[in-house]
Amino acid sequence: MPYLEIDNLSADYGKVPVLQDINLAVERGEIVSIIGPSGSGKSTLLRVLTGLLKPRAGSVAVAGEKLRYDSPKDLRRAREKFAIVFQQFNLFQNMTALRNVTIAPTIVQKRKAAEVEAEARALLEKVGLSHRIDAYPDEMSGGQQQRVAIARALALKPDILHLDEVTSALDPELVSEVLDTIRLLADDGMTMMIVSHEMGFVREVSSKVVFMADGRVVEVGPPEQIFDNPQTQRCTDFVSRILRH
Amino acid sequence: MNYTLQFGQVTPYLWYLAGGAWIALQLAVVAFIIGWAIGLVCASITEYGPKPARIAVRSYVVFVLNTPLLVQIFFIYFALPDYGILLDSYDAVLIGLALNAGAYMSEIQRAGFRSIRREEIEAAETLGFTRVQSIRYVVVPHILKVLYPPLSNQFIIITMSTSIAAIFGVEELTGRAYNINSITFRSLEVFSISAVYYIVLTIVASTILYTVGRYFFRIKGSVF
Amino acid sequence: MPSILEELPRFFNYYNSIFLAKAFLYTLVLSFVGCGVGFLAGFVLAILRTRRINRWAGLRWLATLWVEVWRRIPFLVKLMVVFFAFQFAGGNVSMFTVAATTIALSASAFSAENIRAGIESVHPNQWDAAETMNMGGLTALRRVILPQAWSVIIPPSMTYSVGLVKSTSIASQIGVLEMTSVAKILNQKGFSAALCFGSILLMYFVICYSLNRLAAYMEVRLALPRNR
Repeated sequence: MPYLEIDNLSADYGKVPVLQDINLAVERGEIVSIIGPSGSGKSTLLRVLTGLLKPRAGSVAVAGEKLRYDSPKDLRRAREKFAIVFQQFNLFQNMTALRNVTIAPTIVQKRKAAEVEAEARALLEKVGLSHRIDAYPDEMSGGQQQRVAIARALALKPDILHLDEVTSALDPELVSEVLDTIRLLADDGMTMMIVSHEMGFVREVSSKVVFMADGRVVEVGPPEQIFDNPQTQRCTDFVSRILRH
Repeated sequence: MNYTLQFGQVTPYLWYLAGGAWIALQLAVVAFIIGWAIGLVCASITEYGPKPARIAVRSYVVFVLNTPLLVQIFFIYFALPDYGILLDSYDAVLIGLALNAGAYMSEIQRAGFRSIRREEIEAAETLGFTRVQSIRYVVVPHILKVLYPPLSNQFIIITMSTSIAAIFGVEELTGRAYNINSITFRSLEVFSISAVYYIVLTIVASTILYTVGRYFFRIKGSVF
Repeated sequence: MPSILEELPRFFNYYNSIFLAKAFLYTLVLSFVGCGVGFLAGFVLAILRTRRINRWAGLRWLATLWVEVWRRIPFLVKLMVVFFAFQFAGGNVSMFTVAATTIALSASAFSAENIRAGIESVHPNQWDAAETMNMGGLTALRRVILPQAWSVIIPPSMTYSVGLVKSTSIASQIGVLEMTSVAKILNQKGFSAALCFGSILLMYFVICYSLNRLAAYMEVRLALPRNR
């Protein structure tokens, strides 16, 4: 039985359907990347999983247990299991890097402050920011902010880390430092769902690639299949257009 | 005391109150127009005038902005007669309202002048507009659009301020409410109905101003 | 024509000076209590109107209705409604309570608007991040949103408070001994209107001008980046 199982999941923005009958399974330790043209519902899928958008139909199960997003208890459970890193970092502007990382473990998970802080320092060191611990978000570069955001998500000890186009808002020269951090997590065996436009990176780290278009999953397969030998016309078109430049 | 609400005794006066609302609205319109003119003159002097005039105008504006309208009118109505300026209550209230509104509208219009962008005029001139044309087609529309929302808001504020006239015996909406109260003694009913009249009056005024702004100045936003 | 200069020493005798000083304090306390209570009420209203915290649309709508109603009634009429409403309810309350309640009602409406604008000025992605980290709405508001919103909330709230200090003059209509009542009383005792009303105009000016300067200072001060 897969660790995360998404069954016929659908969601709407108002009356516009944005996700239709999504089926997807993620095993522990897997890195699943979601690619596709903009507006295909990739980010929306992550927003639904982390409870920012209520699904209309379908189900999500973790370790065989269904999560009902309309129940506050299940919603809380979903957010304990899934952490998300956003395209725009979404760091709390009124807090230092360290406080951004420690706030949820201390006030939400009610863990001991000293223990959390030690962990947070270790995490910030891991993402290469031990020298920026007391900096506020507006004093850091985009790449630094995004690495703090990754540390903040990891501090919650999630089972699955969701990365929503985490390099899209970065200046080109800052992309690699964030990708390096994600590689580090991959080496640790972190389960991840990655929405990304960095095709080379996707191909390198993913165990499975999902191609989405118009709110549907069009094709799923190992990176070699998706990039070298796509089975569907839409995926072929998309990949050839991307790889041409 | 056993007091039960009896709106029935007030209903015969509903038209009388509506007439009061009409008087309040007239007072507000006149005060607004005079205040707007005062504000325009003061704003121009503050921005472009010679220094002594500027200081005089600033003193007037800052003093009025930082003192209560009611006391200003008390001063006009009770103190000026000692110096030979005798005003009836309606005129005293109107002058007070207009001077007060003038100070606020001076600030508003000053901000409007300051929002003029030099580059836009230069752009118009490079397109071959004459001075007059660039003022007519670039500067004025821009200022109107910037000024419209705060000036509309000011009109609503003046409309509500007119209720102070009742204190000086002017029989506008609040004044008529006092009259009905002294006849019927249904105090809570009379004043809550008057409150509803003010709510309706300002909502109608806001809606009209909003609609005008939307169609003539393409101003976005909402009534509430 | 009466000469103000000749009248001055007689006007500012010991008794009158104490009377005016008390009235000055009365105006300050009345404004402070009314604005304080109103600000707290406005806070609750703003929270009730925040979709991320209060998901019950009916309650959001009621909070909006409250704000719209009290915003659109002139102070004098509000004062009368409150005065007679207390009488109707049979409560034997002081005139200070009536006046302070009226100010609080006005303040609740405008501060609800200011606080809501402040909350909305914070980028929604801050709520998103807090939510996905399992922070409740009120926790997110306290820890994340408000610390970023104060700079937008405080300066206009202070400016509006100046407006309410000025409105306290209307409370003279129900006989509370604030500055305007005292000026009227002194005027009836035979002192010249110019002196009576002129001196309290100056006293109002001192309060309002200082408050406005403070608001302007806070606006600059809070706009500095490192103010958390």
